[in-house]
Amino acid sequence: MLQEESDLSLIIAQIVQKLKGSNLYSQLERQAWASLQRPEIKLESLKEDIKEFFKISGWEKKLQNAVYSELSVFPLPSHPAAPPEHLKEPLVYMRKAQGSWEKRILKSLNSMCTELSIPLARKRPVGEQKELLNKWNEMGTDEPDLSLFRPVYAPKDFLEVLINLRNPNYENGDSLSFRTHLGLIQVPLKVKDIPELKECFVELGLNIGQLGIDDSTQVPPELFENEHVRIGQKVLAEQDSAAAQQYIRQGSPTALRAELWALILNISSQPEDVLYYEQLKTNVIQHDLLVDSLIYKDVKLTASNDDYYFVFEDYLYQVLLCFSRDTSVLSHFAFNSASPPKSYIRGKLGLEEYAVFYPPNGVIPFHGFSMYVAPLCFLYHEPSKLYQIFREMYVRFFFRLHSISSHPSGIVSLCLLFETLLQTYLPQLFYHLREIGAQPLRISFKWMVRAFSGYLATDQLLLLWDRILGYNSLEILAVLAAAVFAFRAVNLMEVTSLAAAENLAAHSEQFCTAPLFPELYRVQIPCTAELRQKEECSLLDSKSHSTEQRS
Amino acid sequence: MSRVLVPCHVKGSVALQLQEITFKNYYTAFLSIRVRQYTSAHTPAKWVTCLRDYCLMPDPHSEEGAQEYVSLFKHQMLCDMARISELRLILRQPSPLWLSFTVEELQIYQQGPKSPSVTFPKWLSHPVPCEQPALLREGLPDPSRVSSEVQQMWALTEMIRASHTSARIGRFDVDGCYDLNLLSYT
Repeated sequence: MLQEESDLSLIIAQIVQKLKGSNLYSQLERQAWASLQRPEIKLESLKEDIKEFFKISGWEKKLQNAVYSELSVFPLPSHPAAPPEHLKEPLVYMRKAQGSWEKRILKSLNSMCTELSIPLARKRPVGEQKELLNKWNEMGTDEPDLSLFRPVYAPKDFLEVLINLRNPNYENGDSLSFRTHLGLIQVPLKVKDIPELKECFVELGLNIGQLGIDDSTQVPPELFENEHVRIGQKVLAEQDSAAAQQYIRQGSPTALRAELWALILNISSQPEDVLYYEQLKTNVIQHDLLVDSLIYKDVKLTASNDDYYFVFEDYLYQVLLCFSRDTSVLSHFAFNSASPPKSYIRGKLGLEEYAVFYPPNGVIPFHGFSMYVAPLCFLYHEPSKLYQIFREMYVRFFFRLHSISSHPSGIVSLCLLFETLLQTYLPQLFYHLREIGAQPLRISFKWMVRAFSGYLATDQLLLLWDRILGYNSLEILAVLAAAVFAFRAVNLMEVTSLAAAENLAAHSEQFCTAPLFPELYRVQIPCTAELRQKEECSLLDSKSHSTEQRS
Repeated sequence: MSRVLVPCHVKGSVALQLQEITFKNYYTAFLSIRVRQYTSAHTPAKWVTCLRDYCLMPDPHSEEGAQEYVSLFKHQMLCDMARISELRLILRQPSPLWLSFTVEELQIYQQGPKSPSVTFPKWLSHPVPCEQPALLREGLPDPSRVSSEVQQMWALTEMIRASHTSARIGRFDVDGCYDLNLLSYT
């Protein structure tokens, strides 16, 4: 057992190293010094007394939450012989594919730069800085001419890259074999099948209460809802991240959601965090980046046109512009297969002392990027807190949706999981759609890349994102996409074109997320009576949803 | 299933005391290791299996574990790893989906020699009895107090140097300047 012990001590050393540079460390030190005044701290048993004090005062819990957060985000330390690229992405051909995709993006951005004769970055003149500061809270009223700008790429461009992904060591011959991939993704990644998914998502089973089903008006609240809310309040009182993550798997009550998410993501708004956000705001005001115009364009094209999110337009600028300046995001590239683009200060090409990252956070936004932020605006109204939550969600989850990697929550695995589920459990539907030239992934890809933001009613979307946080995995997106197809299977069998299939599947705003999870479990044992009941339930909800819209 | 005996044959001229084997996998599903140990001159050495079908890829048809770095230690082996003359690695990949499979960057570590005993010079092990320090003039601080304070300060500086934080400062520009050329492709 020597190996496991040395692995454990390596993990502990790594976490200690990370936490030493954090705010929490200095706070704990200060608390320890201050506690020496207390009468119960005796010199003979100093260490134990201070530990006891931390336990009682809640500081131990904060430390536990911080350690839990590190364990959730950072991958386990890899083999000592493994180079840093291996931690980003172990498969060499995927690293290469990500590298060439990035090169394409850089070329596109460079050509936009030269065509429009706009610099990548420039310092704003003082007058312009003052003007921007004055209208910081209403940047949405600005109507700059963005007609010449185009998004660097859209999800469908990215899908084409994934479709062409090939393992050079894989038998990709034309002859059909037992492992021929009938879908669009042609790489043999390991994905879970339904028995494994059932084991993994055990809290979504039919016999366990869920918010989203069991809190609907027909169900008396004493059966599930009241108790669930009570437990949620208790979890918040305890301030325990791990307990909150377990609790939220059954959905979060609306009133508790903002606090629960902050607890799970280990975000507490300290004055230092507000100060950091203000610093980013200053950076936005001082320097103007080409990426800013891309963000403006994206918000105008997507979120501003959405019935639910157009009211938050100003918030979106305040978050996304600051996000581009945040260098702390660079640390996530240690475990992201992507790499931040590099540039040199004008006139100093090739000199390493003048090498910088562009944009400062290394993330180039694509068409639809602002939709990652938009749903969060319903939960958080204070800009610095909203910013922190979005940043944490991005470095934990969203980055995996637009980079090529073999990670089980990476977009490639999600696509393969979706296609495999559909092929295995709805083979007739899959075959039919393939025959009419409507590969199911072409329809569901944009749902998964955006984590369903903009494709579901907001309350349903937030229930879905509850589960993403609860299970610390994005696999639920692929399961939901497959469940939507399963739900619409009967109608989809009758369509004869890709456009019609898209149209049918696109009306998913009526969907209740929660009933769809057990939907897929039931595919193996069809039960028409239950299906009809679920359909009635979703129709009822869609009726109430449409009456809300009208009023 | 193709049973290809890849010639991973390591022959040493000196008896090997194996401690660790490290390699990078490339689509091998199972690994077996056999060794031949040095024996007395008359009895012929026999091949002994010290690792049997160690799983490198939990699902041979999928990519999991296909390009991972692996370490195998002495305590995982079935037999004693002292005095090895020959080592044979047997790689198995039952899935027909892969075009080739092997192990790369193979490294074999021996048990390090024990650190040799050092003889200390006589004056270290038998220090001379200390003499009485000469009386200093008045007005000068007590040397033992000064030395203890200096020691404390040194300990503090060592502590600060040791607790080097990896937190970033947050500046993305170079000396206030962020005027850029085009993006670089390298």
